[in-house]
Amino acid sequence: MGKRIHVTTTINGEPVEFLCEARQSLLEVLRDVLRLTGTKEGCNNGNCGACTVLLNGLPVDSCLVLAVEAEGATIETVEGIACGGHLHPLQQCFLEGAALQCGICTPGFLVAAKALLDKNPNPSERDIRFELAGNICRCTGYDKIVRAVQDAAQRMAASR
Amino acid sequence: MATIDQPRSETAGKQYKVLGTRPIRHDGADKVTGRAIYTNDMQLTGMLHGRILRSPHAHARIKSIDTSAAEALPGVLAVCTGADFPDVKDKIAELGEGAVNLAHLSANVMAHDKVLYKGHAVAAVAAKSPHIAEEALKLIRVEYEVLPHVLWVLDAMKDDAPLLHDNVYTEELGGKQSDKPSNIAKHLHFEQGNVEEGFAQADIVIEREFKTATVHQGYIEPHVSVALWNQDNRLTIWTATQGSFTARQQTAEVLQIPVSNVTVVPCEIGGGFGGKISIYLEPVAAILSRKSGRPVKIVMSRAEVFEGTGPTPATFIRVKLGATRDGKLVAAQAYLAYEAGGFPGGVIGPGCMCVFSCYDIPNAVVDGYDVCVNKPKTQAYRAPGATQAAFACETVIDEIAEKLGIDPIEFRLKNAAKEGTRRVDGPVYPRVGFIETLEAARNSDHYQSELTGPYRGRGVASGFWFNVGLKSAASASVNPDGTVTLVEGSTDIGGTRTTVAMQLAETLGIAAEDVIPRVEDTDGVGYTDVTGGSRVTYATGLAAYHCGLDIIAQMKERAAILWDCEPDQVEFADGTFTGPGQSATFKELARRLLETGGGIVGRASVDGGGATNGFGTHIVDVEVDPETGKVTILRYTAVQDAGKAVHPSYVEGQMQGGAVQGIGWALNEEYYYDADGRMRNASMLDYRMPTAYDLPNIETIIVEVPNPKHPYGVRGVGETPIVPPPAAIANAIYRAVGVRMRELPMQPHKVWKAINSQE
Ligand code: FES
Ligand code: FES
Repeated sequence: MGKRIHVTTTINGEPVEFLCEARQSLLEVLRDVLRLTGTKEGCNNGNCGACTVLLNGLPVDSCLVLAVEAEGATIETVEGIACGGHLHPLQQCFLEGAALQCGICTPGFLVAAKALLDKNPNPSERDIRFELAGNICRCTGYDKIVRAVQDAAQRMAASR
Repeated sequence: MATIDQPRSETAGKQYKVLGTRPIRHDGADKVTGRAIYTNDMQLTGMLHGRILRSPHAHARIKSIDTSAAEALPGVLAVCTGADFPDVKDKIAELGEGAVNLAHLSANVMAHDKVLYKGHAVAAVAAKSPHIAEEALKLIRVEYEVLPHVLWVLDAMKDDAPLLHDNVYTEELGGKQSDKPSNIAKHLHFEQGNVEEGFAQADIVIEREFKTATVHQGYIEPHVSVALWNQDNRLTIWTATQGSFTARQQTAEVLQIPVSNVTVVPCEIGGGFGGKISIYLEPVAAILSRKSGRPVKIVMSRAEVFEGTGPTPATFIRVKLGATRDGKLVAAQAYLAYEAGGFPGGVIGPGCMCVFSCYDIPNAVVDGYDVCVNKPKTQAYRAPGATQAAFACETVIDEIAEKLGIDPIEFRLKNAAKEGTRRVDGPVYPRVGFIETLEAARNSDHYQSELTGPYRGRGVASGFWFNVGLKSAASASVNPDGTVTLVEGSTDIGGTRTTVAMQLAETLGIAAEDVIPRVEDTDGVGYTDVTGGSRVTYATGLAAYHCGLDIIAQMKERAAILWDCEPDQVEFADGTFTGPGQSATFKELARRLLETGGGIVGRASVDGGGATNGFGTHIVDVEVDPETGKVTILRYTAVQDAGKAVHPSYVEGQMQGGAVQGIGWALNEEYYYDADGRMRNASMLDYRMPTAYDLPNIETIIVEVPNPKHPYGVRGVGETPIVPPPAAIANAIYRAVGVRMRELPMQPHKVWKAINSQE
């Protein structure tokens, strides 16, 4: 075990400092050190998207990011999507549209979908399917996930 | 998405208040905010991290294991090997979707003297961090005597094949055993009528051979268990399991401790599909916890999930069908050889029962073989064994229909199983909805639409799966505000808290939101079988219904006290109790329970034994790229009889999810082995499951032919949807490019080769 490294970040809008080993992934630190267990581990090698977080606004597989790389970065996780007492429209549409079954992929999809809507508020079905292709869901067959993202986009447009 | 209601039995046409609506699931907010606790989210004080050392060989004898260097590594608190496991005698335990020999289960959890597949567990360590545990694994020295291995079912059946077990003999019908050991653990045989006479009546007979590859359930949550062996010898296990009670039973048997010493806490579970019924990590974590005196968590890596847990088997199937010129099936014969993996007991049984289960065929013979090979022990995967069998049967059905010039749906309608049809393994169907799904498919917008363009084709296939029923318990207590807390034992993998709660709500005449469902551990609820076999909404729903009746009976007594009458003078309908000159809604009466004798708890424990059957029919349009052989799904429709769709969104979700797993199985998924018996694609990149970008929307048509065995007509829906896709896609490929694909998966190179070797 090497010497621990001090890292300063902003997570879900709050300044967060932590100590980690050089070999620890951001996913491991989020879950095991910071206890932000909403971010899930499905493969630990960048192939399922369950661990998706936003790093400086861009979606990344947190299992492929070393925690030390987060120095100075802004991180958003599923825990930061709802604002105050309200669910984000994506969360609401996932619930109303039954876009989750077991729910293990859901945090990753929500974060990836939020990144998509942040940059493209009016995505086509094809855009959604393309942008979410890095997230695997084994339960739903994606249909209801795609529709939930479409619904959320419409709802957000209507409230702008 | 259309719902076609076909009122046929006394429950049909009933107006429901709650059933058929789409409330938000009770655990929804937790699951979209990241608050839901899955097993890997468990953190206990002093918790250690376990890791497992696995065999690099497909078949070898373990000569020695030296763990001393690992034990000496700072931060390592416990090491275990097969020597730490008690001796477990041969004994068959029923697990709901299949049975297991406990001696084999023990040896599968941790190899004792032989490893039977690459990835077989041989030792484990617990350390202060997962990284230290991983370093410790590298310090364990295992000496192997490598043995010849066998990887394909037909090779393993040969007389001179390498033998996996010297104490496994072929079990024949009636319990007779072969006189020498064999990789063939079981030969099943079913027949009805007289096939020879049947084929003699046929104007057309077609016989074809099929191969399917090993595939994995592919749940996104890897297996994970946390065990705490307390100083009072009580063992608590938090685990990702489809069934807490069967996990408890298996763990207690493997550890040879009383079942009552074990509590299994089912956390939220990230998918299972049949693969999280057998235990793997639970006893290992328990032994490491006992040795270290600390709680121990073990999480599998994705490669371990592929290599060390149950895939569903590769198979060889031969199907022969005979029909008359006017399209009536008169005889059928099937030979099915299914890989069991390293230990006997695969999914051959349901494969045999399902191969002809959609059709009314007077003369049929089915022979099935359960065969050991040097691959992981196979497990159930959504309608276990049925998808492979349907791929074979439904492809031959399509070929016969085409040769006879009959529309494939019309051909199926002429031969469809119905009430009174005897399945080849014996059971006679009660009221089933196969004909209705075929009619709905035929009348669908998709089937009626025209498909144009080169290299495009439309395929159809049907599928069947049982609803196993089995045992469920539930209790429910009435709260003073008129809500009801429901306690059940069925782990909720896809929204069953809600579908079960809705049935209680319907019974009590209250809103779905007024039921608060909780999934309890093995000490908090009565015995409940696994979440599997398409049974939870059916059987746990039945338990909830009976809980409701119990509550109503007790509340009538309370009303009688308040109204000074006899309980049998109190009526209950539409959520309201009525007595002589008095009435009170459920909520009003609930408020007065404490003054009439205390709270009310309803309870029920049911055996939903042998529920009924679920049929589905799928339609798919594909386009084949003649240059590459790549198949693109253009349009897909799944039709299924749900009995009564309790929560239509989750019924559609099951149909869509199952169809997509079937599409992956059809087109891309397989375990790719090298000559040394090592899986070469044990990652989600190389074992490629469908992504959103690979697919269109999956259209659904729910048919409702009420199940006569359930008060609300419910049928299980979870498994049937995976059955038709491979055959439907193969049939579509044929219509697109004129080649019959008889091997799964149908990857581009195989389709390309088939196109290019056409005359
Ligand atoms: S856990 Fe990071 S991509 Fe799968
Ligand atoms: S809901 Fe289970 S993996 Fe997506």
